[in-house]
Amino acid sequence: MEQRFNNFAALLIMIGILSSCGSGGNQGSGALVSDAASQVYVPPGQHDEYYAFFSGGFSGQLTVHGLPSGRLLKTVPVFSVDAEKSYGFNEETKPLLNTSYGFIPWDDAHHPELSQTNGTPDGRWIFINGNNTPRVARIDLSLFETVEIIELPNSGGNHSSPFTTQNTEYVVAGTRFSIPVPQKDVAINSYKDNFRGALSFISVAPEGEMEIAFQILMPGYDYDLAHSGKGKSHGWMFFSSYNTEEEHTLLEVNASQKDKDFIAAINWKKAEEYIQQGNFEEMPSSYVVNRYDESTQMASSEKRTSVKILIPEKCPGLVYYLPTPKSPHGVDVDPTGEYIIGNGKLSSDMTVHSFTKMQAAIQNEAFETVIDGIPVLKYEEVMDGVLKQAGLGPLHTEFDNKGNAYTSFFISSEVVKWDPKTRTLLDRAPSYYSIGHLMIPGGDSMNPWGKYLVSLNKITKDRYLPTGPELAQSAQLYDISGDKMKLLLDFPTMGEPHYAQGIAASVIKDRQVKFFKLSENNHPYAAKSAGETRVERQGNTVHVYMTAIRSHFTPDNIEGIKVGDKVYLHITNLEQDWDVPHGFSVMGALNAELLIMPGQTETLTWEPQREGIVPFYCTDFCSALHQEMQGYIRVSAKNSDVALKWSLDE
Amino acid sequence: MKKYIIIFFIAVLLPLSLFVFPMWSITLEAPQYPGGITMYIWISKITGESEATLQNINILNHYVGMKYIEPDQIPELQYFPYVVVGIVALGLIFGFIGNRKLFLAWTIIMVVIGILGIYDFYLWEYDYGHNLSPTAPIKIEGMAYQPPLIGSKMLLNFKADSWPATGGILLGFSIVLGLLSFYLSNPSKNWNLKSNQKEKHSVQFS
Repeated sequence: MEQRFNNFAALLIMIGILSSCGSGGNQGSGALVSDAASQVYVPPGQHDEYYAFFSGGFSGQLTVHGLPSGRLLKTVPVFSVDAEKSYGFNEETKPLLNTSYGFIPWDDAHHPELSQTNGTPDGRWIFINGNNTPRVARIDLSLFETVEIIELPNSGGNHSSPFTTQNTEYVVAGTRFSIPVPQKDVAINSYKDNFRGALSFISVAPEGEMEIAFQILMPGYDYDLAHSGKGKSHGWMFFSSYNTEEEHTLLEVNASQKDKDFIAAINWKKAEEYIQQGNFEEMPSSYVVNRYDESTQMASSEKRTSVKILIPEKCPGLVYYLPTPKSPHGVDVDPTGEYIIGNGKLSSDMTVHSFTKMQAAIQNEAFETVIDGIPVLKYEEVMDGVLKQAGLGPLHTEFDNKGNAYTSFFISSEVVKWDPKTRTLLDRAPSYYSIGHLMIPGGDSMNPWGKYLVSLNKITKDRYLPTGPELAQSAQLYDISGDKMKLLLDFPTMGEPHYAQGIAASVIKDRQVKFFKLSENNHPYAAKSAGETRVERQGNTVHVYMTAIRSHFTPDNIEGIKVGDKVYLHITNLEQDWDVPHGFSVMGALNAELLIMPGQTETLTWEPQREGIVPFYCTDFCSALHQEMQGYIRVSAKNSDVALKWSLDE
Repeated sequence: MKKYIIIFFIAVLLPLSLFVFPMWSITLEAPQYPGGITMYIWISKITGESEATLQNINILNHYVGMKYIEPDQIPELQYFPYVVVGIVALGLIFGFIGNRKLFLAWTIIMVVIGILGIYDFYLWEYDYGHNLSPTAPIKIEGMAYQPPLIGSKMLLNFKADSWPATGGILLGFSIVLGLLSFYLSNPSKNWNLKSNQKEKHSVQFS
């Protein structure tokens, strides 16, 4: 009997294998190899091999997933407020979202970029750009929290950002929309006369603080993406551009007329020399730098009033243009630093420039022409070769650790594997659907981990259970360890998953801050023990110094608050253990909850509107007595004489 | 100097290790505490694997009404260091006198002090485990929370493991070595007899 059962099972397995082969392996909508499930299965309690950081696109946030499972681990709020974490709601984080325009609760976040040391992701920070109101944010990967946001003056749409140099000397920003610099009230059709594109180099200090080191004022094109040179090409930064037609209307047609646009090659070491020589203009500008101080646990926003500008015409050797077909999107440098690849998104070809040839062309002054002081190198002199007809709509290329390149093709919805040296096509795999960027952990660095590739898709159509007019956003995971790419997994992400970065988990996971030491909490309104709790009134302003510990608030009865008061509730979480946050919320507060990490102090501002009794409670299930973790505030009339009083267990 | 004298001096000095290593450890294990929470009892303090361990144990204990463990309030932690210093000093004197009966006497004193210490520890554990607040949020009929003196025991959802730590183990060695020095110094043992006696004189007159 048992034997017969075994034979039957073997037969079933055989049919399974045959039918999966029959569906064509990588082809078709099934597209799964039979062992895919085991390759992405991470057993309960075990950890993923890689962290992957996905930009949340128009959500403005960053999500952290594990690979190969695709499991969502955390959403890190960056450019958009997050009521869950009180980000942008509590007094401590509000300054992070300040700009020269005031507080902005949203942005469009496109490209996460890990900090690097010696051309390898080092897991200290991840940077991400705010596209709409140009900014760059820095997230500390021992906290997984946004700790700095810098605004970019003279920019309109920060798209080609924040790509790093190989030791994170700089992260860069390039304006997608050229605008008048400095801003002025001009006719839009005076574009060619008045509009300029600023490329920004943001210096990153050893502790991470960002400042705008300098900006380069370029012709009024649209600057799209960037990547730094590495190894032999260290010291150079490459920006792709489109709309070299310099059109200001119906760009889909008018900016698609030229056969070739440009990749701008910036010699930033040269830029440093010019800055040192004082060969720059100090331009009055208005922008802010917002930083979170771990010691006081508060962010502050500082104004800046000027920026150093380099003009290519006055700085010979600073910028060269590499002609590249056709409205190139990604500009990607291979791990050796030799090949600079233009992904001409309106063509079917991949252009491979050679850094060595570029150096020679500069040496020999092989210029086609000069635009605003910028020499345009001869295409034939810098181009090493072309991968012909590889697909339609190439957008972005990353690399594995075996010398292969992988390019996303948006229009033909596929990933193409090819050899950048010989320009031979090696493999292709469909994506479901309309891949934008792709990501290999470390795939834009000198040392890629060449095991997995993630495709970041623009649309999902029928791939998931439908959810009304707006469907699931999604990424896909491929195994690239063998000769042929294998689709392993679809997994939903926050929308839209624009670009991502990946890094071996071992680089980051042991560096986590588990809790904040109370002894190092220098928040000006902290109460570091129940004995320090109190309520203080200064006119209509009331400061409540409250503590939280399993499972009570001190004080939990407060009287003497009046309608019209402005009440600052400063809650210190006295816990000193990992994974014991307390939440805090007040009925009727026109605000979010607080979510306070152990050892941290956060402040909720509340303006009581009505007389009566107002409950407050802990919102994060903290203990067996979480449901008892609550209190009352008595709100009296504006002119009442109820005395200020606070207590616990009286 | 003879071997047994050296052994006796090692026995005498070993209790000083209590100033460097904890005597005892109690570990609480539960599924939501991977790796457990470990508390170390020293001659003069109580610590954990982190600064916050004691606070975390106190938070757990308060649910069932156990008293807060506050090392400042435990008198033994104040005077135990003097007891240790005293017994080491006494041992050094006995060692220089070199009389083997004194070796035995010292070892017996050590054993007595050890037994008293463990008995004191038991009383302390009993008090913490039984003397519960009448207003405890969680009360379970007939349940006490006294950790085992030595070994493992389930206390509600926690498995409590109580074992001697490095200092406690070295204290045990001290007693063993004390006995060993007494045994080796026996003049009826025919090996080393002459040199033993000579050694004794040299010690006495030095």
